[in-house]
Amino acid sequence: MLETIFIMTATITLISALLAITAHNVVHALLYLVVTMLAISLIFFILGSSFAAALQIIVYAGAIMVLFIFVTMMLHQGEKSLAQERHLFHFSTSITAFVLCSILFCELAFILFLAPSETLNDISIAQLAPAITVKQIGQQLYGPYSLLVVISALMLLSALITAIHISKNAASIEIKTEESNL
Amino acid sequence: MIPVSWILFLSLSLFSIGIFGVLARRNLLFILISLELMLNAVVILFIAGSRYHSSSIANSDGQIMYLLVLTLAASEIAVGLSLVISMYRQHHHLDIDKLNKLRD
Repeated sequence: MLETIFIMTATITLISALLAITAHNVVHALLYLVVTMLAISLIFFILGSSFAAALQIIVYAGAIMVLFIFVTMMLHQGEKSLAQERHLFHFSTSITAFVLCSILFCELAFILFLAPSETLNDISIAQLAPAITVKQIGQQLYGPYSLLVVISALMLLSALITAIHISKNAASIEIKTEESNL
Repeated sequence: MIPVSWILFLSLSLFSIGIFGVLARRNLLFILISLELMLNAVVILFIAGSRYHSSSIANSDGQIMYLLVLTLAASEIAVGLSLVISMYRQHHHLDIDKLNKLRD
């Protein structure tokens, strides 16, 4: 039962990821990316970490998608950008990348299926721990991992400052170029 | 219970798809989308590791690393999208092959 659901979800994940990568329209790609994120969160549910699944839906399918969609709304020009994108990405330009990626994929799959089988079997047979509750994660975060919380807070702050700085610079450059054009 | 090799296979296929996107696309927005896919492939491995770890004390480590990767993805996307906006304002397209000058 669980295996069937896992296979279906994994298939949906891979197909929608491929469609998101090969789409010409940015909006279509973002919709396929949302489907991918929801399928990945279902995989997290199957693996027993419901907190991570909820966070995946809230942060990826919510916050990050909203950022992408705002930028797309600012930059998308309908048929013109679609034609540009068709010019930038078509089948003949991506053959080399496809060959390189399939070589990498074959190598990884080779390593995976030729790994000493007893290690993988040991992991599968090992007694499964009970699912982790949010309370345990919180205790870990404010106990041994408190430095990690500080580091991620600093990372978010620096990302915020960087984003504001870069967009401000871009605005001033645009004003300058408009003035010089006048 | 799901075998570990299935999850590893899913993760490496998703990672290969992400690398294909980074290599083949020339639009900056699609490269950011591919980076998101690659981060998600790694995150699946972390969650699977937290599930299959046999000792019951230390097995929330994978989910805590997931939190860190989530924060990293959010800040990376914020900076990356502001770079996209800045590039579009200066060049009026998103083709990264046109970025061949160090300034102006």
